[in-house]
Amino acid sequence: MKVLVTVKEVAEVADDFEIEGTEVGERYLEYDLNEWDDYAVEEAVQLKEDGPADEVVSVTIGPERADETIRMALAKGADRAVRVWDDALEGVDLLDVETKTNLLAAVVEEEEPDLVLTGVQAGDDAFGATGVSLADEIGFQWGAVVNALDFDADEGVASVHRELEGGVEELTDIDVPAVLTIQTGINEPRYASLRGIRQAQSKEIAPKTLADIGLDADAVESDLTMTSMYEPESESDAEIFEGDASETAGKLAEVLREKGVAQ
Amino acid sequence: MTDVLAITEHRRGDLRDVSYEVITAGRQLADESGGDLHLAVISGNATGFADDLNREGVDYVHTVSEGEEFNHDVYTQAIEALHAELDPEVVLMPNSVNGLDYAPAVANRLDLPLATDAVGIEYGDSLTVTREMYGSKVETTVEVGGDQQAVTIRGAEWSAAEGVGDAEISEFEADIDTDTGSRVTGFEEVGGGDVDISDAEFLISIGRGIEEEENLPLIEDLVEATDATLSSSRPIVDNGWLPKNRQVGQSGKVVTPDVYLAIGISGAVQHVAGMKGSDTIIAINTDPNAPIFDIADYGIVGDLFEVVPELIEQFE
Ligand SMILES: Cc1cc2nc3c(=O)[nH]c(=O)nc-3n(C[C@H](O)[C@H](O)[C@H](O)COP(=O)(O)OP(=O)(O)OC[C@H]3O[C@@H](n4cnc5c(N)ncnc54)[C@H](O)[C@@H]3O)c2cc1C
Repeated sequence: MKVLVTVKEVAEVADDFEIEGTEVGERYLEYDLNEWDDYAVEEAVQLKEDGPADEVVSVTIGPERADETIRMALAKGADRAVRVWDDALEGVDLLDVETKTNLLAAVVEEEEPDLVLTGVQAGDDAFGATGVSLADEIGFQWGAVVNALDFDADEGVASVHRELEGGVEELTDIDVPAVLTIQTGINEPRYASLRGIRQAQSKEIAPKTLADIGLDADAVESDLTMTSMYEPESESDAEIFEGDASETAGKLAEVLREKGVAQ
Repeated sequence: MTDVLAITEHRRGDLRDVSYEVITAGRQLADESGGDLHLAVISGNATGFADDLNREGVDYVHTVSEGEEFNHDVYTQAIEALHAELDPEVVLMPNSVNGLDYAPAVANRLDLPLATDAVGIEYGDSLTVTREMYGSKVETTVEVGGDQQAVTIRGAEWSAAEGVGDAEISEFEADIDTDTGSRVTGFEEVGGGDVDISDAEFLISIGRGIEEEENLPLIEDLVEATDATLSSSRPIVDNGWLPKNRQVGQSGKVVTPDVYLAIGISGAVQHVAGMKGSDTIIAINTDPNAPIFDIADYGIVGDLFEVVPELIEQFE
């Protein structure tokens, strides 16, 4: 069985930052592997270690810089990686779900995986929709927000727990081929070992343009246009305690005593 | 005329709050666009729910009886059929866990542009959606083009529709294939155990700001010194540092203590969903822009490793 795991390099915003147009200024951004994808990678690698999977391929959409992120997936045990990027994507400020679906569907067509794992959402744009949209596009079954997976290779069934709201989990059997969107907490993502990091250097990261995967610029035409970005106006009327740690702690202690919760 | 089709949600026999919130959001859109508000309730006791969903502002309620519990294939097919029949401008769906399990498929199948987790919507010359990015640090407005669109709305952002409406209620007959590739086999409650944090009067809640498990005893000392109950955000539980029954939030517990002291917690929407009903909210965070300060009554912009030891001293 082949597992395809999608990973995304996400941007994290510094505590203090400035918005320039419809973007956060580049110097305030730090890039990292998307938190949810880290768990998806781990789940894929465990499927390989436990037997059902023979190969784990990781795919990302991103510029050359994203190689750094995808190397983390390789260092943790993915066998090889595909990175899709194209000049046509350079100027797009919001990669919408449809675009990502088109690009990933084309990669699925080439790779023919049995199982696709994605993160539930990306920490930056937080659409939370790509996995399920992709599943529908490629005609796979799917399950969203999966926090437990028991894979029966003989039956071709993934028995999953979907984490609903309020401490309730739904138990579902899903026929493979399928796309599962992976929730944090499903496993304990490993740290990349030094050996893994060294090995990752020699693993293949295949860069692909739109043409390489049989698409043209139409595939990245989006109906979504970001028209503004701003810091949300705080409706807060919070009283912020001023002073050094001992002063602020003193004032906080006073409030706690006043409220009668601590003596 | 531009109609809106809003999809409701129920689980294990009960309508969920967001069902009344999509009515409010849908009515607002329908008013702005001069159309009708159609509501759909799919599976389970669909016909039984219809009366309760007939609230002020609803023009039509369509019930689809196929399916017992939620199944994304049934939902997707039902909405596809409703869309073909009603030809609405906008399909509104909840950005709930189940919404995330069918809305993207609906949008893809109907070839609709999709904007998820909307915290604001506006229908002017075109549809504009307000969304957050980077863990609520920035807000964006997004113009959603095309002739028809799909939007999922964040829970608790719109008020629940009230009153009794005079909607036309009818059974919608859709040709649905229930022999689907995914089958719900049951439900499981998680997070029982030693303490019930939803009973606590004073919760001290710890988040990823603690950095390492080795730092947890510092917070436990504070909990002991103040006779509080310890809870946490999700990453602490994901890391296995505290059991699941301590998790506050959308997928954890909803808590309503007298005082909620959030230490090193950013205030992500799924966390806030579980604690915003607390009487008094206090936050300690190094980031003055952390969203937790938006809902806090008191705050300290500072390093927990400096503030917490001082606080412990206050109570020893
Ligand atoms: C479907 C779904 C369901 C979810 N359910 C839940 C849920 O039930 N509960 C939940 O909590 N989350 C839930 N989440 C996760 C949620 O999106 C966030 O990832 C999570 O709440 C973040 O936790 P945090 O605030 O502890 O960490 P972070 O967001 O990483 O915030 C850490 C904070 O600590 C501050 N900090 C760092 N160092 C210090 C220091 N030395 N002193 C003081 N402050 C410091 C930082 O400024 C930052 O604000 C869910 C997500 C999804 C997608």
